[in-house]
Amino acid sequence: VIGGRWSPGIVLTTVAMVVIALGVPQLVDQFGLLQLTVFAAMCILALSLGFVWGYGGILCFGQSAFFGLGGYTYAVTAINVGESTLATILAVVVPAVFAALLGYFMFYGRLSDVYLGVITLSVTLIFFNLMNSTAGDAYRVGKARLNGFNGMPSLPTLNVPGDPGRPLDPTETFYLVMAFVVIVYVGLHVLLASHFGRVVVAIRENETRCELLGYDVRLHKLLVFTIGGGIAGLAGCLFANWGAFVSPNVFSLTMTSQIIIWVIVGGLGTLLGPIIGCLIMQYLATTLGTQQLANTNLIFGIIFLAFVLLVPRGIVPSLRRLGARAVGPARVRDLA
Amino acid sequence: MDLVAVLMLEILNGVATLVLISVGLAIIFGMMRVINLAHGEFLMLGGYAAIVATNHGVNIWVAMLVVAPLVVGVIGVIAERLIIRVLYGRMIDTLLATWGLSLFFVGIVTTIFGNTVAGIGAPLGSVGVGRYNISVYRLVLVGLAAAILAVIFVVLRRTRLGLIARGTMENPNMAAALGVSPPRVYATTFGVGAALTGLAGGLLAPISGVLPTVGAAYVAKAFITVISGGTAILAGTAAASTLFGSVNQLLTYFTTPVIGEAGLLAAAILLLRFLPHGITGKLFRGSL
Repeated sequence: VIGGRWSPGIVLTTVAMVVIALGVPQLVDQFGLLQLTVFAAMCILALSLGFVWGYGGILCFGQSAFFGLGGYTYAVTAINVGESTLATILAVVVPAVFAALLGYFMFYGRLSDVYLGVITLSVTLIFFNLMNSTAGDAYRVGKARLNGFNGMPSLPTLNVPGDPGRPLDPTETFYLVMAFVVIVYVGLHVLLASHFGRVVVAIRENETRCELLGYDVRLHKLLVFTIGGGIAGLAGCLFANWGAFVSPNVFSLTMTSQIIIWVIVGGLGTLLGPIIGCLIMQYLATTLGTQQLANTNLIFGIIFLAFVLLVPRGIVPSLRRLGARAVGPARVRDLA
Repeated sequence: MDLVAVLMLEILNGVATLVLISVGLAIIFGMMRVINLAHGEFLMLGGYAAIVATNHGVNIWVAMLVVAPLVVGVIGVIAERLIIRVLYGRMIDTLLATWGLSLFFVGIVTTIFGNTVAGIGAPLGSVGVGRYNISVYRLVLVGLAAAILAVIFVVLRRTRLGLIARGTMENPNMAAALGVSPPRVYATTFGVGAALTGLAGGLLAPISGVLPTVGAAYVAKAFITVISGGTAILAGTAAASTLFGSVNQLLTYFTTPVIGEAGLLAAAILLLRFLPHGITGKLFRGSL
């Protein structure tokens, strides 16, 4: 949204998402649908970092901490309550509260970018170790055993709100996840178009100037970070629900670096970019996972390096610049 | 009484380990302001270098003290030439590129050695303290960590090389005007930092074993230590290592290792909330 009205790019993207959401279940088989459901859930995760990093300028390397926390919150609550609505709400609230707490220490301590990156990364790795060590009967929350590195299997999946006896089937789950993608995408654009969103972007551009203009930089960053944490939690909840399984791997370094790669590949400072990056890399990871020729980490490392060194802007902004050169800047400026 | 002695040794060990894993980073980050997220993988490579050399009949001390730093130092110089040099001054890009590099190393080592733990036995056996047995090698590690700090201090303070390095970090243009080539100094400094990291990786290999993904366990701790240490790289690293090492080992002794690590992180976050520029931002200012 630019200048208070909807830019054609955002409308176009939204329409495309809705069309995909409605059309795909008719076209692909069950396996493909499940695959696309997890892709869509990951897109929400990509959007959360795209927002926090690309617009808030907050170098968060621990987005998977909130993702995992969302997954585990969903798992523990769903097992204890036996119904998914409260679990889903908590899976957003708990990571958001945790993000707020962590953010308070970081932003009110006025830590610089780099320190932020390192602290958030360490938090994730600590969670990874912590959850890995919760094997055994001693570690349980209510009825839910945490199971350490084995993870928590056979979680209750999403059900029609208020009716635990009526779980969502794969097609309905896909609709739901896609609805969340659209809501998060549009919601973030609405937020960015608001006064708050403009201040956030201004802070990214020049922190000192914003401070001198009287805006509370720390509070704005804290809010962005908290919102990002909540969205990542939602993604974690949907991910846990997708496989009816959650394990400490949601906190692993591989997970964290994947999210960063999605945003880098897609393009920083856009919301469409992280989605595109996420889809490409997810597809690649799935393909690479089924062959033995080359290690996935190896390929991802090379792609990561190549993008930082050769295409630092990422795909979407680079294409946009190419487009601008072809048809004149005014037409393409607003795209997505 | 024995227990106190053993506990003291445990703490000393924790401190020495932190010093070892972060001293190379302190050089690279503290002096050059280059964030090397492949630091954990440098440690991992040092460990593999030592293990492979030992398994091929090289004396274990030579493998740890010579082969490991040499191999990783060379890798460091190559990485600096190919990647990091392009990105000087772009801190965040460097950080991302080295993250890519770290994935690359993990991938390549997994391909070569497989995703299994490799290890070598610790030399020197153990010695009894009252009712407890203590590995002599762990004692040697404490001494080595102290020796490494001392050597770096002497080199930076007393030698011409150290003077040139410090001068170039302070003001590269002035150094260039005086006939020093900053790119060469950067490459050397990075290489030395990488070599020290490789040395640490080699020395720790008999204790903790090596796994392609072991770097992740080190990198966070190393960064926390260096960042909490602040601007004075040696005093800062030593002070932060002492603080976090003690917190970590005491918590580990009385609860579990994981709580110990979480305590280390919590201590770091609290510390940075009140001393955003690290320990040496407030105390020991102006030391090295």
